[in-house]
Amino acid sequence: MYIYDEYDQRIVDERVAQFRDQTRRYLAGELTNDEFKPLRLQNGLYIQRYAPMLRVAVPYGLLNAKQARKLAHVARTYDKGYAHVSTRQNFQYNWPELKNVPDILAELASVQMHAIQTSGNCIRNVTTDQFAGIAPDEVVDPRPLAEILRQWSTFHPEFALLPRKFKFAVSGSVNDRAVVQMHDIGLEFFRDAAGELRIKVWVGGGLGRTPILGEVIEEALPWQHMLSYSESILRVYNRWGRRDNLYKARIKILVKALGIEEFRRQVEAEWAHHKDGVNTLTQAEFDRIAKCFTAPAYESLPEDDAGFSAKLTEEKAFANWVKRNVHAHRQPGYRAVTLSLKVTGIAPGDVTDRQLDIVADLAERYSFGELRTTHEQNIVLSDVKLADLHALWLEARAAGLATPNIGLITDIICCPGGSFCDLANAKSIPIAESIQQLFDDLDYQHDIGDLELNISGCMNSCGHHHVGHIGILGVDKNDSEWYQVSIGGKQGNDASLGEVIGPSFAADEVAGVVKRLIDVYVEARLPEERFIDTVRRLGPAPFKERVYADRQPAKKKVEA
Amino acid sequence: MSNLIKLQNGSAVIVADDSWQIVRLPAGEAEVKKQAGKVVQFRLTGVEAATAEQIAATAVPASGKVVLPLSVFIARRAEFESRLAAGEVGVWLETCELVETLAEAQADLNVFPLIAVFIERFADGRAYSSASLLRSRFGYRNELRAFGDVLRDQLFFMKRCGFDAYQIRADRSASDAIASLGDFSEPYQAAVVIDQPVWRRHARG
Repeated sequence: MYIYDEYDQRIVDERVAQFRDQTRRYLAGELTNDEFKPLRLQNGLYIQRYAPMLRVAVPYGLLNAKQARKLAHVARTYDKGYAHVSTRQNFQYNWPELKNVPDILAELASVQMHAIQTSGNCIRNVTTDQFAGIAPDEVVDPRPLAEILRQWSTFHPEFALLPRKFKFAVSGSVNDRAVVQMHDIGLEFFRDAAGELRIKVWVGGGLGRTPILGEVIEEALPWQHMLSYSESILRVYNRWGRRDNLYKARIKILVKALGIEEFRRQVEAEWAHHKDGVNTLTQAEFDRIAKCFTAPAYESLPEDDAGFSAKLTEEKAFANWVKRNVHAHRQPGYRAVTLSLKVTGIAPGDVTDRQLDIVADLAERYSFGELRTTHEQNIVLSDVKLADLHALWLEARAAGLATPNIGLITDIICCPGGSFCDLANAKSIPIAESIQQLFDDLDYQHDIGDLELNISGCMNSCGHHHVGHIGILGVDKNDSEWYQVSIGGKQGNDASLGEVIGPSFAADEVAGVVKRLIDVYVEARLPEERFIDTVRRLGPAPFKERVYADRQPAKKKVEA
Repeated sequence: MSNLIKLQNGSAVIVADDSWQIVRLPAGEAEVKKQAGKVVQFRLTGVEAATAEQIAATAVPASGKVVLPLSVFIARRAEFESRLAAGEVGVWLETCELVETLAEAQADLNVFPLIAVFIERFADGRAYSSASLLRSRFGYRNELRAFGDVLRDQLFFMKRCGFDAYQIRADRSASDAIASLGDFSEPYQAAVVIDQPVWRRHARG
């Protein structure tokens, strides 16, 4: 992973000092709430329902064991003994005290971590594929370019106060796992016929109140221009993006208003001025960063391991886990493992300090000391020997990290919702729990198969409900909490946005509604057909019909 | 006590006497926009910043160095030619005004000893692009001043975008604010000030 040099370290150290002074001035009454707000947000600090929430950056989801232990230490020392993995691959703490935040940041800086630009109207943490560098379908390792983006965007002076938040995702694989079409800028790396590294640039995607998938602004940008082209997009957005209406301020609204052709014309006109300027990347700089992301010292192993195969046939529980939580690897004899943070009764993505310490140990013993967070709110150990899988499973299971549910209905993506978040219209965690309870039977879950169920507590869509095969959105109606259900959303290359099936439901009805959706699928599915494919084949009608079958039709108004 | 900070040969000083007079437009009948019950004080990029009546009614001091609203400079330029030639005319832009409008009216911006940008709200980053463009695209080399809602925690960004003078908001201390100009010593990316990315400035590993 990327290792800080003196320049990186100096920036995070100076940031700690800067934020310490800003916090001091705020607590002393020298800064108003409104003045402090963008400052604290750009450091990931929200003032929440019960306490501040601190979001710590995990650039493109990559951590080492030392950093994981530091996160555990922070949870133990400054919080209530747990942390939360967010849908942007970051870590969140729900209970720190404002006055302690500078100390937390100093602790993080000691292990090359920070909370810079994890919120606010600026360029946010760059996200990518959790299987970067190991996926068999990968064409280009996106991490060096993600790191180059991280450095360029950190305290970029011109783009420090944009109209709204701005999110990059990068991907370098055949199958997109970074949801590039859902981001303000999505960069899809590939190699052209001549073997040159190029970028398909998507712009104007985003969820929130107005979900829109991005459009392609540039089909094959040479990688050297990644920063200059991004700057051109950002400059057009910074100048012309709407600032008069919070809900119309994302770049997606500007792109839609202008149309992609006109937006492209403006970006290209801007780009013509500085295309070959100082931001043009050099091979030397790429190589300097890329050498931090070389493959670990793999052993030469055969494709199979007899001990592993034996355990697979002997132990069904192990086999279930392998089926769902173990993933293909490009290196023979190695696999990637997802440690599930989706245990019924525990908020999706939550992890205790003790578990984090255990994850750090497991990473060191089984996976070259590194781990990754995923936008599905789990943790990945990326380089585990086939022969070690059973031992790892036993330890992970003892720590409550081996629920065999990755990609299944209980592997729910869920924002903190009204239990913690001040923006939320409704709670999301209890909804997740009610669904997890109803579908707790493992054989049933495995029979239902691949299914992504995403829950957001409000229109800000942190739970990515628009791209869930089943999406659930908390809405506020007359001061009570209701839930809107959509189906047919999907992430990936063939991304789509879900369609709302009809009027919303009370909290205690939601799990039952999901059950009916699943019933329709189970009855109608073709062999090997996934839920999403059945929805796409049949359309939403039979699902709507079943869900609303015994509901009172709305009373017709009597014409006077 | 003056609240004007200037960068002089790279170091920041509080300038005691400022001979420039910033000329304001008379109040016009502003359209009141509301969102969620709150008045939105915001103008979209490129809107007309002043009406013909406001421009005509703007009172400009008969002598001394004046900073004119862009709209007044463009509409009433003939009145100021001799003062412009004498180096006594500057212009200022609203946050919503485009530097291109200024550049179309006056090709060589270095006839102005001073260009200022009004910061309507500190959290509106459009002025950063205006400053960057003035310096990098339009070759402006003289004083570039921010005035209005200018607070210390944005100074470092302003400096890097090319502002070299900062009229700190009247209720805040300029001498305290100076410290924030030095918040970071080696930024990552290129901008107007420090115009090479760190990997071009230093051999890194």
